[in-house]
Amino acid sequence: MRVEIVGGGPAGLYLGILLRRADPSAEVRVTERNAPDATFGWGVVFSEETLGSLRDADPETHLEITDTFARWDRVDIRYRGRELRSRGHSFSAIARKRLLAILQRRCRAVGVELEFGVEVSELPDADLVVGADGANSLVRRLGEFGTKVEPEGSKYVWFGTDHVFDAFTFVFKETEHGVYNVHAYPYDEGMSTFIVECPLETWLGAGHEDMSEEENLAYCEQLFARDLRGRELFSNRSVWLDFPKVTNRVWHDGRVVLLGDAAHTAHFSIGSGTKLAMEDSIALANALARRGWDVEAALLDYELERGPAVERTQGAASESAGYFRRVGSYTHLEPIQFAFNLLTRSGRITHAGLGIRDPRFTRTLDSWFGGSPVSPPPAFSPFELHGVRFENRFGLVPSGLVAVSAEGRVTPETATIDEWSPRPGQVLLQLGHAGRRGATQPRSVGVDLPLSEGWPVVAPTRRPYGPFSPVPGEPDEAAIREQFVAAARRAGRLDVDVLELDMAHGYLLGSYLSPLVNQEDDRLRFPLSVLQAVREAWPGVLAVRLSVTDWHPRGNSVGDGVAIARAMAEGGADLIHVEAGQTVHDDRPVYRRGFLTALSDRVRNEARVPTLVGGHLTTIDDANTAVAAGRADLVLLDLPESDIERPLEASNKLLQAEVSG
Amino acid sequence: MNVGVGLPTTTPGTTGELLLDWARRADEGPFSSLGVLDRIVYDSLEPFAALAAAAGVTSRVRLATMIAIGPLRPTGLLAKQAASVHALSGGRLTLGLAVGARLEDYEAAGVEPRGRGRKLAEQLAYIRGGVDGHRIGPARDGMELLVGGMSGQAFSRMARYADGYAHGGGPPRAFASAATRAKAAWADLGRPGQPRLWGQGYFCFSDADRGGEYLRDYYAFTGPFAERIAAENLTSARAVKDFVRGYEEAGCDELVLFPTVADSEELNRLAEAIA
Repeated sequence: MRVEIVGGGPAGLYLGILLRRADPSAEVRVTERNAPDATFGWGVVFSEETLGSLRDADPETHLEITDTFARWDRVDIRYRGRELRSRGHSFSAIARKRLLAILQRRCRAVGVELEFGVEVSELPDADLVVGADGANSLVRRLGEFGTKVEPEGSKYVWFGTDHVFDAFTFVFKETEHGVYNVHAYPYDEGMSTFIVECPLETWLGAGHEDMSEEENLAYCEQLFARDLRGRELFSNRSVWLDFPKVTNRVWHDGRVVLLGDAAHTAHFSIGSGTKLAMEDSIALANALARRGWDVEAALLDYELERGPAVERTQGAASESAGYFRRVGSYTHLEPIQFAFNLLTRSGRITHAGLGIRDPRFTRTLDSWFGGSPVSPPPAFSPFELHGVRFENRFGLVPSGLVAVSAEGRVTPETATIDEWSPRPGQVLLQLGHAGRRGATQPRSVGVDLPLSEGWPVVAPTRRPYGPFSPVPGEPDEAAIREQFVAAARRAGRLDVDVLELDMAHGYLLGSYLSPLVNQEDDRLRFPLSVLQAVREAWPGVLAVRLSVTDWHPRGNSVGDGVAIARAMAEGGADLIHVEAGQTVHDDRPVYRRGFLTALSDRVRNEARVPTLVGGHLTTIDDANTAVAAGRADLVLLDLPESDIERPLEASNKLLQAEVSG
Repeated sequence: MNVGVGLPTTTPGTTGELLLDWARRADEGPFSSLGVLDRIVYDSLEPFAALAAAAGVTSRVRLATMIAIGPLRPTGLLAKQAASVHALSGGRLTLGLAVGARLEDYEAAGVEPRGRGRKLAEQLAYIRGGVDGHRIGPARDGMELLVGGMSGQAFSRMARYADGYAHGGGPPRAFASAATRAKAAWADLGRPGQPRLWGQGYFCFSDADRGGEYLRDYYAFTGPFAERIAAENLTSARAVKDFVRGYEEAGCDELVLFPTVADSEELNRLAEAIA
């Protein structure tokens, strides 16, 4: 059995070791383009979880690697001149050069042939060819893998420094051109990795494009002089880069297989690249051993085993990359909230999860959030808006759509404002007009199923909403605006805490906002006029329910949605109820737990307007995490129907569960 | 959670006699449903024809398509076939529909595959919404409607028009993740209550090699995944019990286990395993 491994990085070398260990009769050769001691970048990070699998796979390398590790359990966040510390995150790091030297030595000891300075131009002849040659893999170009490479996140540059940080350190620095941030961590007794990152606009504004390597280094050294404690930055061909997100539809083609960065990259800001690569090596070596060198079957096993884990990590990495690209929108957050938002950016840590790692941090956070040393968890903390006090963050009782007129009903069962009365509790009256989604059968049967004998529907288009939906007529805008105003006046005489105008999900006002439906240039014209008229008639808290994206390639993007939210806030809305999609019948929704939280984060932090969000949040931990991180101010939980009927009991039950849990 | 069993309509060597015998035995319990798959270009039985035959020799179990590829059939004809099986069985049809995964079935049916998602949405609206004014009899009252598929659009179609979700198979955690998405879609579309959640799996007690061979052949169109599906075949009572428990914990309402070897002894062994 002959194996040719192209690329002498951690993945390729480690695979070589594992293959020879499992089968000393196998011929394994690693070819590397560069010299044995050439390396780019400085230190690499591991999580404790990876270390366990390294120990099981090859105790010798595990021992040698862990002997030279720098370890720490803290994440320090420097922001607005303060340093916030979070504990309980186990990390370790090693100089990349050192790691390679250990792996090379071990390769030689177990009989892996190593060749350096060899450039591969065609596929070597072997039973198995492994492309472990990085994000710009040459091997990948010699096969059919369905490769996609696209830049992700901000501009970044990878330095070393002789200032030894004593924790993983994030530094955020505001400049006249925008925010720079640093990811720094120690990797041996004398050195740290120091990655500087900034969004493209900042990078262009500061003129990095025209700076030489030396000028760039000097610029960064000066910008972070205090954080470097006067120490130097070192360059190793350190130039500004775009991070390439690599995905492949398949990871093997015949006897050729991709490993590590050649197969998939994950944005450096979650520090998982080397971890994923070495886990790939373990999975592939195990699959080959299990399948007794049935290469085809082993490559299938390898790909199917690694695929889901890699996809999850790539998803989290993309969330993280997006966070740093938008970092400027978070600088209005107070330090503790800024830090918690940062720590929870990829969705892998929650309020409860962090509470286990670092109870002191969450106590500090909860006290800050609740405004007193002894505060309940964030979701139980009161909130005040437009003079109205909310006892907690999840107790609003939504009315469901209440129509401003009989013609504005969704189904014959939809209440009109004239017949509606509030249930007990803190009431959110959701006022709307169904538009072209009106005159449908009850939702117990289905949604958007037209009545056989309905009423005329209206919309700013002649196109029906869905299959068999009626052709909409032209709306009488003045009359409908007057209906909204009259309904708002009536709400003023009822026990209503928040009045909400429904501009989401393709109902009448929402359909005006979308380019998929409304052809006029000023699509906000009518919805804004309704908002302003209602604002005059309703003195209390006024919310606008908004589909902040149409989930459609030609519809409103999240950026458009943020702009609309901003316009609504300027037009008098106190609160944006964040929704997505349903503007058209054939949108492409993305459903999962908390599918609207990231959208609410963008609206709240970019448009700087308070938000209410649902989106299948099912636990109080979801609520705690969302509100404490500043992704939303209020949430709607998806609870069993019995609990919705009795919000107070439900609230007590949740609080008890929270306290005892 | 209920447990149903698949009819051997896609396994090689099924005779009419075996099919009827299988259906009769399943009706005696402990199974709650009989499921069928749908495929044109294969040595398999047409799902509505098979369920019609099963309807004649059963009185208790639900009869379910898991799933039928809706757009292969003209909408009116699909409604007619479904209504007929529903009537012949005394109102026991669960109609699961999806767009399917094989273009060759569309070619063989002479149906343009482009726009199949849109066409499925129309079919669902038609069947559920009574667009025909109920002129296409017999009555469809009580016909349970499920939708399958893994795209965001599949979940929104499900929540918009159906009573529940038909999962395509896999380990319990894959089902759990799809179930979460189904519930999120259900709430997002403002449906009351919860979607009914149907899962499926494969089993084989007597001849694991033959069962595996059949699955590799049946799923050859999925490329690398055929091997994985074959590896997930449940080949012992213990494996079946673990799988059933895993699905129950993941919130499944009805789990249908499909045979991979057409032998009525297989059904007896399954009945013992889940008893």
